[in-house]
Amino acid sequence: MTHPPSPPSPPSPSGVSALSPRHGRIPRRTIGARIQAHLSQLVVAPSFAVSLVFVYGFILWTAYISFTNSRMLPSYDWAGLRQYVRLWSMPRWYVSVENLFVFGGLFIGGCLLIGIVLAILLDQRIRAEGTLRTIFLYPMALSFIVTGTTWKWILNPGLGLEKTLHDIGFAGASFDWLINPKMAIYTVVIAGIWQSSGFVMALFLAALRGVDQDIIKAAHMDGASMTRIYMGIILPSIRPVFLSAIVILAHLAVKSFDLVIALTGGGPGYATDLPATFMYTMTFNRNEMGLGAASAMMMLATVMAIIVPYLYSELRGGTKNG
Amino acid sequence: MGFKRTLLAAGAAVGILAGGATGALAGQPTVEVLHWWTSGGEAKALKALKDDFTAHGGKWIDSPVAGGGGSAAMTVLRARVLAGDPPTAVQLKGPAIQEWAAQGVVANLDDVAKKEGWDKVIPPMLQKIVKYKGDYVAVPVNIHRVNWIWANPKLLAEVGAKIPTTWAEFNTVADKLKAKGITPLAHGGQPWQDATIFETVVMGIGGADFYRKALVELDDNALKSDTMIKVFDQMRKIRGDVDADFSGREWNLATNMVMNGKAAMQIMGDWAKGEFLAAGKVPGKDFLCAPTPTKGGAFILNSDSLVMFKVKGKDKIEGQKLLAKLILGKKFQETFNLYKGSIPARLDVPMGKFDSCALKSLADLKSAMKNNTLVPSMAHGIALPGNLSGAIIDVVTAHFNSNMSSKEAVKRLAEAVDLAKS
Repeated sequence: MTHPPSPPSPPSPSGVSALSPRHGRIPRRTIGARIQAHLSQLVVAPSFAVSLVFVYGFILWTAYISFTNSRMLPSYDWAGLRQYVRLWSMPRWYVSVENLFVFGGLFIGGCLLIGIVLAILLDQRIRAEGTLRTIFLYPMALSFIVTGTTWKWILNPGLGLEKTLHDIGFAGASFDWLINPKMAIYTVVIAGIWQSSGFVMALFLAALRGVDQDIIKAAHMDGASMTRIYMGIILPSIRPVFLSAIVILAHLAVKSFDLVIALTGGGPGYATDLPATFMYTMTFNRNEMGLGAASAMMMLATVMAIIVPYLYSELRGGTKNG
Repeated sequence: MGFKRTLLAAGAAVGILAGGATGALAGQPTVEVLHWWTSGGEAKALKALKDDFTAHGGKWIDSPVAGGGGSAAMTVLRARVLAGDPPTAVQLKGPAIQEWAAQGVVANLDDVAKKEGWDKVIPPMLQKIVKYKGDYVAVPVNIHRVNWIWANPKLLAEVGAKIPTTWAEFNTVADKLKAKGITPLAHGGQPWQDATIFETVVMGIGGADFYRKALVELDDNALKSDTMIKVFDQMRKIRGDVDADFSGREWNLATNMVMNGKAAMQIMGDWAKGEFLAAGKVPGKDFLCAPTPTKGGAFILNSDSLVMFKVKGKDKIEGQKLLAKLILGKKFQETFNLYKGSIPARLDVPMGKFDSCALKSLADLKSAMKNNTLVPSMAHGIALPGNLSGAIIDVVTAHFNSNMSSKEAVKRLAEAVDLAKS
C-alpha cells in the first residue's frame, strides 16, 4: 500500500464539528455552544469579506473604469466602449497580444516538456536524487527580477555568451537575440522556462510517485518496454497533473511582468511588450487610466477563458465521483 | 482611587505639554517634498535646498520615491491626493502641471511671485509652463538644454573632424569614424533616448517653426510632410551609427563610452555633463560640447519644477511660501544647477562659477528667445501631455528598432497621434 489509510471523518483539531452536528437541534444552547457551532463560519468570515471587497470589488471597479474616460485620476463619466475601440486600434497592443501567444505557448510547452523529462529521469531511483531535485527546483526560489537581470547579462552580446565564445576562439559566433527585435521575445521564453521548469518537474515527480507500482510491474511482466509503459500507462494516468500544470503556467504567462521589465525593459522599442507591461505603461506613465483598465479587463478575460473550463471540468468530475 | 487620580493628573500634564509643544511647532514653516531626485548629483543638489530651508527656521520632511523614472512617485501622489492628504510640494513638469491644476488641487503662488518679481526674471516660455490660467502654481528649478552633442576630442582628431554642424556633415563624420573602426555614436536604446535623438533631428532638418507645428501643435500636415520623411531617413542612418549592444543601455553608460574613448559622440541633454564632471573631466579639453546640428541656433528646453499642492494649516502654508521663495532665490539656483549640470531658471544669476558649456547654454538661450527659436522638449514631457508624447515615442522607437520604411513611419505617426487625441 502506498497510501496510508485515511481517517473515516475529516480531522478537526478541536473536535468541534464532531460535538455539534450542523443540523442537529440541541435544546437550550449556551452562547459558548452557539459560537462553537458557528466557529468555522466566524473564522472564515473576515478573509471572505476582505477578498469580496479587495478582489471582486476591485475587479468590478476596474471594469467600470474601463467604460469611462478616466485619464490621470478616475472619473465616472460613462463613455461606453470607447476605450476598447481605442485599445484594439493600437499597433502596440497587437504586439503585446501577439507576444503573449508566442511567449505563453512556448513557455507552457517548454516547461512541460523539460519538466516531464527531468521528472522521468529523476524517477529512475538514481543516487543523489535529493541533491539533483534541489538543484532543478532552485531557480523557482529566485524572483523573476533576479532571473531577468542574470539572463540579461548572459545574453548581452558584449558581456555574456557571445563574448565568451569570441574569447575562446569562435570569432564568428553570434547570438544577438536580446537586441534583435524579432528574436527578443524568445529570450524572455528562455529565461521563463529556466525559472519554471523545475517547478513543473516537482509536480510531475510527485505524481509519478503516486502511480500504482503494481500496474507497472504487471506491464513489465507482460514484456512492455519502459517507453511503452510511460507513454501508455503512466502519463495517461497522471492526466490531471497536466491540467493543473497548464493552468498554473498559463496564468503565470498572462500576468508575466517583472521578467520582461528586468530582462528587456519591453524593448528593443516595444518589441517584447506583454499585456501586463502595456497596462502598467498606459495607466501609470501615460495617464491613460481608462485604456489601462480596458487592457486589464482583456487580460482578465484571457485568464477566465483558461480557468473557467478547468473549474467546470473539475467540479463536474467531482460530482460524478461523489 | 488615589492611583487613578495620579494617573489622570499625569495624563493631563502630558496633554498640556504636548499641546504646548504642538503650539510651538505650529509657527514653524513645514514642508513635505515628494521627489525622485535620488541619484548622486541630484541628491546633493536637493540637500542644498533642504539646508537653506532649515537655516530659515523651517522644518523639512523628505519623501523620496525612487524608481520608475517618476512613475512610482506619481502613483504615490495619486493615492495621497485622492485620500485628501497631498504632499506640500511635488516634483512635476510640463503639461502634467496643467493636468493637476485642472483638478483644482494645487495652490496659488501669486503673492510670492509678485513680491519676488518672478515675471521679470523667468523666461516667458517657462512662465507659460509653470502658470495655470495666469496664476503661478509651480516653481521652476532649472533649465536643461536637450539638443547637445557630447564628443571625445581625441577620437574626432583621429579622423581629422570637428563636431558636425549639419546632419549631412554628421553623416560624413560618422562614416569616417566607422571606416576607422570607431563607434560614431554612443546611444542607449530606451524609447525616451530614441525620442531625444528624434527631436533634435526634427529641429535640425525642419527648423524651429516646423518643430512647433509637428511636435507641439501636432499639425496633421506637418506630421505627414516630406520633411518628416526626411527626418525618419536620417534616423535610419543614425541607427547604423550606434554599436551592436545599445539596446536597453542606460544613458549614463553611453556617456561613459564617450568618456572612455569607446565612442566618439553622444546626443543627450546637459545632465550628461554631470557624469563628465563627476569623473573629473574638464570641458573643452577632455570632452567637447556643442549644439546638435540645427537651423539658426535653436534651443530645446527641458525644465524641472516643484508644484505646490493645496494644503491645510498655517505652518504648512507658510512653509510652502518660504520654499517657493527660496527655490527661485539666486543662491539656491546657483548651487542646485552647479550640481545638476543645468542652468538657472532665472536669467539674472551670477554665472561666475559655471563652466563653458553652461555659459554657451545661457547665451544660446538668450539668442533663441530673441529669434523665437526656443522650443519645449517633446521627449521629456514639456511640450505634450504623457498620452500624446507617448504615442509619438512609440512610433519613433518602433521605427528605430526595426526596418520600417520612413513612409510607413510617417503614416503610423499621424495615426497614433490621432488615436491618442481621440
